[in-house]
Amino acid sequence: MRQPNNMILETALKLLLFFIVLFSIYIFTAGHYYPGGGFIGGLMTAGAIVLLLITYDIKTVQKILPVDYRIVTAIGLLFSIGTSAGALFFNVPFLTHVFTHVEVPVLGDLALHTATIFDLGVYFVVIGVTMTIILTIGEDE
Amino acid sequence: MSLLHIAIVSPLLYSIFIPIFYKNFHRIHTGWFVLPLPVLLLIYFLSFLTNITKQNTVIESMQWIPSLGINFTAKADGLGLLFALLITGIGALVVSYSIYYLAKDKEKLNTFYVYLLLFMGAMLGIVLSDNLVVMYAFWELTSFSSFLLIGFWYERDQSRYGAQKSMLITVFGGLSMLGGIILLYIMTGTFSITEIIHQSPVLFQHDLFVPALICVLLGAFTKSAQFPFYIWLPDAMEAPTPVSAYLHSATMVKAGIYLVARLTPVFGVSSVWFWLVAGVGMITLTWGSVFAIKQTDLKGILAFSTVSQLGMIMSLLGVGSAALHYDALDNNIFTVAVTAAIFHLINHATFKGSLFMVAGIIDHETGTRDIRKLGGLMHFMPITFTISLIGTFSMAGLPPFNGFLSKEMFFTAMVRVTQMDIFNLETVGVLFPIIAWVASIFTFLYSMMLFFKTFTGKHQPEKLEKKPHEAPLGMLIPPVILVSLVIIFGLFPNLLSESLISPAMASILPSLLGAGEEFVVHISFWHGFTIEVFMTLGVILLGIILYKTLPKWIKAYGIMPKKFSLFHLYDRLMEGSQSVSYKVTNKYMTGSIHSYLVYIFAFFILILLLTLYWKEAFRLDSSNVSSIGIYECVLALFVVVSSISILFVKSRMTSIILLGAVGYTVSLYYVLFRAPDLALTQLVIETISVALFLVCFYHLPKFHRYETRMRFKITNALVSVGVGLVVTAIALSAHSQKLFHSISKYYVENTYEEAAGKNMVNVILVDFRGFDTLFEITVLAIASLGIYGMIKLRIYRRKDG
Repeated sequence: MRQPNNMILETALKLLLFFIVLFSIYIFTAGHYYPGGGFIGGLMTAGAIVLLLITYDIKTVQKILPVDYRIVTAIGLLFSIGTSAGALFFNVPFLTHVFTHVEVPVLGDLALHTATIFDLGVYFVVIGVTMTIILTIGEDE
Repeated sequence: MSLLHIAIVSPLLYSIFIPIFYKNFHRIHTGWFVLPLPVLLLIYFLSFLTNITKQNTVIESMQWIPSLGINFTAKADGLGLLFALLITGIGALVVSYSIYYLAKDKEKLNTFYVYLLLFMGAMLGIVLSDNLVVMYAFWELTSFSSFLLIGFWYERDQSRYGAQKSMLITVFGGLSMLGGIILLYIMTGTFSITEIIHQSPVLFQHDLFVPALICVLLGAFTKSAQFPFYIWLPDAMEAPTPVSAYLHSATMVKAGIYLVARLTPVFGVSSVWFWLVAGVGMITLTWGSVFAIKQTDLKGILAFSTVSQLGMIMSLLGVGSAALHYDALDNNIFTVAVTAAIFHLINHATFKGSLFMVAGIIDHETGTRDIRKLGGLMHFMPITFTISLIGTFSMAGLPPFNGFLSKEMFFTAMVRVTQMDIFNLETVGVLFPIIAWVASIFTFLYSMMLFFKTFTGKHQPEKLEKKPHEAPLGMLIPPVILVSLVIIFGLFPNLLSESLISPAMASILPSLLGAGEEFVVHISFWHGFTIEVFMTLGVILLGIILYKTLPKWIKAYGIMPKKFSLFHLYDRLMEGSQSVSYKVTNKYMTGSIHSYLVYIFAFFILILLLTLYWKEAFRLDSSNVSSIGIYECVLALFVVVSSISILFVKSRMTSIILLGAVGYTVSLYYVLFRAPDLALTQLVIETISVALFLVCFYHLPKFHRYETRMRFKITNALVSVGVGLVVTAIALSAHSQKLFHSISKYYVENTYEEAAGKNMVNVILVDFRGFDTLFEITVLAIASLGIYGMIKLRIYRRKDG
């Protein structure tokens, strides 16, 4: 295959990628208080990986990120279902969330919420699903 | 489970062992193992006789489905016992006949006897069940076992055709009978015949009375081969002759008679019942006897004769139901019809059974049943000759055989119809004896034809496959027993009257009896020079004249073209229903998704519009509407313009981009309506889907890529405009009549209190209603795996091929 010289794109990506990933993580973590959440965060992370795919090719990206996205999907589902089913161990209905404030030495006052773990599951599933679809279609000849 | 229950189901249970006998004792004809059962049952049922004569009824109950009121209640009263004796008695004779008729090493005897025993058990179940549902179950079992027996030689086309025909017709009737049973249950709240009869005085005012009556009669008429459902019976003659003798003359076809007799106390007071049962019986009687003359096959004649005789019994039962309108028993002269019906029922079973066996013998010994080939068999088969002499003369109604007596009583009953003063019988009642008389002439005629064309005349050895000779003794014994019964009942008819006929009448007409009374039945040979005697003399005289001139007028049958016969009609109906349903299915199942979508959307429009119209649901209320700003108008313009342009653009690429424009405008709407989460998601998802569309269209095959504008079709335009309007109308009226306040206030108040979040949308998604999200991500996962599977598996398959 012809290897185009994408110097500008590659350099720009190296800079942009971190911003995009950071922004997506921000959107994910801020979801409980501000617009965002697992879904849009996951889509944006997937978007960053798609940018990688566009700049390089599938094989290179697989080398950089040796991840099987179907497993990512499975892990995400496991997180969400695990969080929901975990409530059963404490004799409360399925999908009951708990939250608490914890004083952590370095970080200070932190609000911890099991909903975040649930959202993390959503996040992984969305990344896994988007990447699986795009990679499968992309690999198809 | 009482002994009576065991007796009823014993043939069913015993049939399990038949294949074992067949396999292990191959040297002995399997029939010998079957024979003891009907004999034992006959003896068992005879033991009830003393009880029945004293008007006692034996009732044994066994729970089956008590919650639905369905119990296996066995009831042995006069009527049931009469039938049980017929079934077991003739059953025993038929089994012993079949031992000689069916060859041990040529036929599949195990299946034959299993079917036969199934049938016997089912028949016993019908006549001895008091519960209608149980009776229905046995009723269908007779249909099925009869189907199996008719198709016994299943490698013949005709057998399969006959079996299918009888199955379709009798099951049609059986199902409508089930409908009647359910209607009866709705009216009375019980399935028990005894209890329904107790409630019968008030029943005939019920709205469902006539529908139930018609449904039940349909069942009885199809089973008993009444007009116009008789057409299955001649085709059922493809069965082995013992089967024809047993099922299609003596037992199964009388199941309908039994049903009519059994339910006479329930429905008998109605004039509909009288006219239907008596009328259809009369038509069947005449029709069957007239068309029997046209037949050339021995079993064909016998089949039509069975149809005709069944019609006669049916008409007698119909006329007998009129007796319920006359209270006083002493001078109730109309009960004679019921007496005649029961007496003829017994007589018919005896002589028709023997005649079928004779037909089987002739077939067996000469190789043909065609009366045009037969003739002059008198000298070769003297015993068979004697048997059929008695059988046919009894069928024709000649003295001194029992057929004469029942025919006389038939005439008596029909003549007395003219004296009835109900149902307009003063005027049309006179038709009854006339039709009966005409039909009797034809009966006489075909009986003579059957007898003389077979046994007298010229012997034609060149047309026969075998050299005729007398049948083996074992084959002759059963018909000899039957014809001796014909003579015994003829000479001493009162043997039966006390023990069987009177109790059976008591079951048919219970309301006419007071406590401790019983019907006095006296059948005498000679009752003076009454009108019946002259009618019989007329029958004989005219019958002889017609028989002598038969070759001259037999051609008259050719006048009626084949096209109009009921047989042809049935065939046309079968073919027609198949081709019509095939055509209809082909017409609307076009296989094109376009037309299915048109159906779906057309029904969508139709149903919703009609609902809006009938429920008067359309409202327009502008009080709850917010003001419209300039931004909304601009965005709406964008959406409308781009969606309408999609319809008119030529290039697919343009339509994808326009679709994307719509999507992005929608996300702008989300921004405008303050839904940031939705706006973000919509933006990203729209981008991805547009990209996927582009991928799809890039890969379209070359020869399909000529780009044309969408063609205009008026149906599509109408349907799509209709859907749009209906949905708009529904949305507007739904908005105009909100009945309750939204529950969103709860979320507003509790998002932070309960769930420690400030983004309400996200809190609802992951906390308040996280369950939905859980399954939405599952849907996504399934979709991605589906895409993965489709693409990867396709590649593997290509490698294989």
